Amino acid sequence: MNEPLFFITKDPISIEEVTKKVIRPEAGAVNTFIGIVRELTNGKKTLYLEYEAYETMAVKKLEEIGGEIQKRWPDAKVAITHRIGRLEISDIAVVIAVSTPHRDHAFEASRYAIERIKEIVPIWKKEHWEDGEQWIGNQLETKVYPSGKPEKEDLVDD
Amino acid sequence: MIKILLFAHLQEAIGSREIIWTDVPISVGELRKKVAEKYNLLLQSVMVAVNEEYADDQVELKDGDTVAFIPPVSGG
Repeated sequence: MNEPLFFITKDPISIEEVTKKVIRPEAGAVNTFIGIVRELTNGKKTLYLEYEAYETMAVKKLEEIGGEIQKRWPDAKVAITHRIGRLEISDIAVVIAVSTPHRDHAFEASRYAIERIKEIVPIWKKEHWEDGEQWIGNQLETKVYPSGKPEKEDLVDD
Repeated sequence: MIKILLFAHLQEAIGSREIIWTDVPISVGELRKKVAEKYNLLLQSVMVAVNEEYADDQVELKDGDTVAFIPPVSGG
């Protein structure tokens, strides 16, 4: 397996493969965040999800998040893999692995990575229910981006 | 000529992943307005990327640029 550190895939994600990418002699801690498909959202039962990405830009934005983490926590090494396509309940959608010499930074940086993914990485999910389907995000025009870009406070809650 | 990429619900609304736009030069804001009118789309709240970088409405587009209309993202 010679996948890059920042990766979009249509295949199931191996947690171990992502984690291995950040393991190195200087590391004393690896924090792994795993995002999986939830069955119930606001009381509504999801049958399955479909993820779509603007793949080339999504990889660039994942790399950008890696760069931001490098600036904030210079001792961190990060790997992120996001899956797209059809995912069933409990399938793994994203794995973030961060290694650092000491645990504090690994926890902080992995939290930072998932929050930034939800802000800037062009990936969308469509929920399929028994009685319909919908792209999730904010397509009802209730949110406007005055600058044309996502701002910190535009973080979509899940 | 500008290539416009559409994703998620926008792609489904017009039934295509790509639009070719020949009326250049044009600003991002103008393009947003004209595409919304022509294809009857709501584009006020979408972000725009020019050549894979987020760009604001003032950016001037030129021949050969690739523009993407990016609805609020929902990955993770």
